[in-house]
Amino acid sequence: MNWGRIWTVTRTDLKQLIQAKDFWIPMLILGGIFFLFVPTILLLSITAIGDVQAVAQISQALEVLPQQAQDAVRGDTDAGRASYALAVYLFAPVAVVVPLTISTAVGASTIVGERERGTGEFLAHSPAAVKEIYLGKLLASLIPGYATTLLGFGIYSLVVNLIVGPEVGGWFFPTQEWWVLMLWVVPPFLALTLSIVLRLSARVKSTAAAQQASGLVTLPLILVAYSQSTGALFGAGAASIWIGAVAWVIAIAGLNRGMRVVTRARLLGVADGI
Amino acid sequence: MDAPLVHARGLGRRFGEVDALSDLNLSVPEGQITVLLGPNGAGKTTAIRMITGALNPDRGEVRTFGVDPGDEGEDVRRRCGVVSAKPALYDRLNGWDNLAYAAELYGLKDYDGRLREAAARFGIQAALTKMVGGYSTGMKTRLALARSIMHDPDLLLYDEPTSGLDPESSHAVLELIRSMTEDGHTVVMCTHLLLEAEGLADQVVVLEDGTDLISGTPQALTDQYWPGVVVHLDAEQPEMLDRLADAEGVIAYHRSADEGARGTGIAELQIDSLDRVPDLVASLAASGVRLTRVEPRIPTLEDLYFAVREGRSAFAEGNSLGGPDATARFERKRTAPSMNDVAVTR
Repeated sequence: MNWGRIWTVTRTDLKQLIQAKDFWIPMLILGGIFFLFVPTILLLSITAIGDVQAVAQISQALEVLPQQAQDAVRGDTDAGRASYALAVYLFAPVAVVVPLTISTAVGASTIVGERERGTGEFLAHSPAAVKEIYLGKLLASLIPGYATTLLGFGIYSLVVNLIVGPEVGGWFFPTQEWWVLMLWVVPPFLALTLSIVLRLSARVKSTAAAQQASGLVTLPLILVAYSQSTGALFGAGAASIWIGAVAWVIAIAGLNRGMRVVTRARLLGVADGI
Repeated sequence: MDAPLVHARGLGRRFGEVDALSDLNLSVPEGQITVLLGPNGAGKTTAIRMITGALNPDRGEVRTFGVDPGDEGEDVRRRCGVVSAKPALYDRLNGWDNLAYAAELYGLKDYDGRLREAAARFGIQAALTKMVGGYSTGMKTRLALARSIMHDPDLLLYDEPTSGLDPESSHAVLELIRSMTEDGHTVVMCTHLLLEAEGLADQVVVLEDGTDLISGTPQALTDQYWPGVVVHLDAEQPEMLDRLADAEGVIAYHRSADEGARGTGIAELQIDSLDRVPDLVASLAASGVRLTRVEPRIPTLEDLYFAVREGRSAFAEGNSLGGPDATARFERKRTAPSMNDVAVTR
C-alpha cells in the first residue's frame, strides 16, 4: 500500500471538489443551518423568553432524561436548565447527520463519476492499486463531511457558550461526551456509511442512480447513528466508548468488503452487472 | 531478433453475450509503430486494456515486457503510457494539475521539469494554467499525449488518438506519434482510419470481431496480397486494350464492363514488373491504341484492408481480374471515393 498515492488521489479529488461551487455552497448552507442558525434562534428564544410556561415545561421534561444526564444539567433557572439541555443533548445528533449527508453526496459520484467522465480509463491504466484508489476516494469523501462537521462544531461551541454560558455560570461546552462523540463515535459511522456508498458507486450505471441508491441505503444508517449518538451522550461515560468501538469494528469490516468491490473493470465500466 | 515487447496468444474476453475478443494473437516488436486496424467493435480497445493489465482475459495469455500484466500489473503499467479514445482528463483541474496527478501516481519525484518538457513537446505549455474544461478537443489530446510520455515509458498505447480532431490537428498528432519512435519508444496505435495507418505503421494488425485477420509490415502484406504490379489503363477504344491479356509479363487482366467508367482506370492489368510498362505502352501505341490513361498503382492500406476483410484477394487467389470480388472492389473505389483515395499518395 502506497500512502503517497492514496493521498494523491484524495488531494486531487478534493481539489476538484473545491472547484465545484455548485456542490459545496449548498453543503456549507446545510452545515450553517444545523450548526449556526437553528441553535442560535432556538437558544436565544429560550434565554430571552425567561421563566414563562413553555420554558418551565421544557425544564420539567428534562425529568425523562436518564438520571446521570439530569445530574449533569447545569443552571439555576428554568431557562438556563432548558437551554443547557437543548445545547448538550438535542443538537447532538446533528453532529452525525451533517457529515453523513455531505460525505454521502460526495461519495456517491466518486467512482461512477470517473467512469462517466472517462477518467476511469486513466486510473485503470495507472500503476495505482485499486485499493489505493478506493482508500483515496474514501478519504476524499470523508474529509469534506468531517471537516464541515468540525468547523460547525467549533461554531456551535461558540454559539452555545455565548448564549447559554451566562445562564449556567460560564463557558461549559464542549462537554467530555461531545469530545468523545466527535472524535470517537462520528468517524466510524461516517466510514461505515461511505463503505456502502462507495460500493454502490462502483456498481451502478450513473451518478444519478448512485445518489438515489445512496440516499436509500444511508437513511437507516443515519437513524442508527442518530440514536446511538444520543445514547452515547445520555449514557454512562463508558457507553459512548463502547458504541464507538463497536462502530469501528463494523466500519473496518465494511471497508474491507467495499475495497474488494472496486476493480479496474468497474473503473472501465466493463464489469458484469454494471 | 529481440523478443517482442508484447506477446499475446489466443486472447479472449466476453462481456455478457458479446465476445469483445475471441482469439487475438499479437506480437509487438520493440521500437516500432504497430497499428491495430479495424472497425468499431473489433476489439482494439480491449486489446490495449489487456496489454496493460487493466483488464484480464478470460482465456489465452498475454506477456508485456515478458511478464503477465495480470500478476505484475503495477510494474507493467509504470512502463506504459496510454492515451485512450476519450482523453480521460479532469475538466475541473487545470492542465498542470492533470499532469501532476499522473506524475505522482506514476511515482515521479521533482517532476516540474519533466512536466514542462512534456507539455512543450506537444505545444500545450501556454495552456497549463487554464482549466481543462475550457480546452478544445485538440488541446485535450495534446495534453493527454504529454501525460502519456512524462514518465518516459517504454511502451506507448494510443487508442484512436485523433478521434474528434480536425485534419490539421490529426496530422500534427500523427507526426508527434511518429517522432516518438525516434526516441526509442514502442508505439501501439488503434485506429479505424486507414489514412492514419498509411505511412505511419511499421506493422499492421487487422482486427475483426475480436480476432486478428492478418499482421505484418505493410510491404509484406502488400506483397502477399498483391504480388506483382497493378496498372490501370484507359483508352479511347477500351476494347482494344484486351490484346494485353496475352502480352508477355502479364499475369492477369480485367476490363470493366462499364464502358463509361472513369476514375481508377477502366482496365486493371497485373504484370510481373514495373519495367514492362514502357514496352506495353509502346506496343499499344504501335497497334493504334490511343491511351488516355496509364497509372501504375501501388496498393494502399485501404486496398489491403478491404481485401483482407473480404477474405480474399483477387490476384493472390488466382481469382482473375474478371472475378466478382475484384470487380466489386473496383466498382467501390470508383463510385465511392474516400478521403483516402485523394490524400494517400506514395
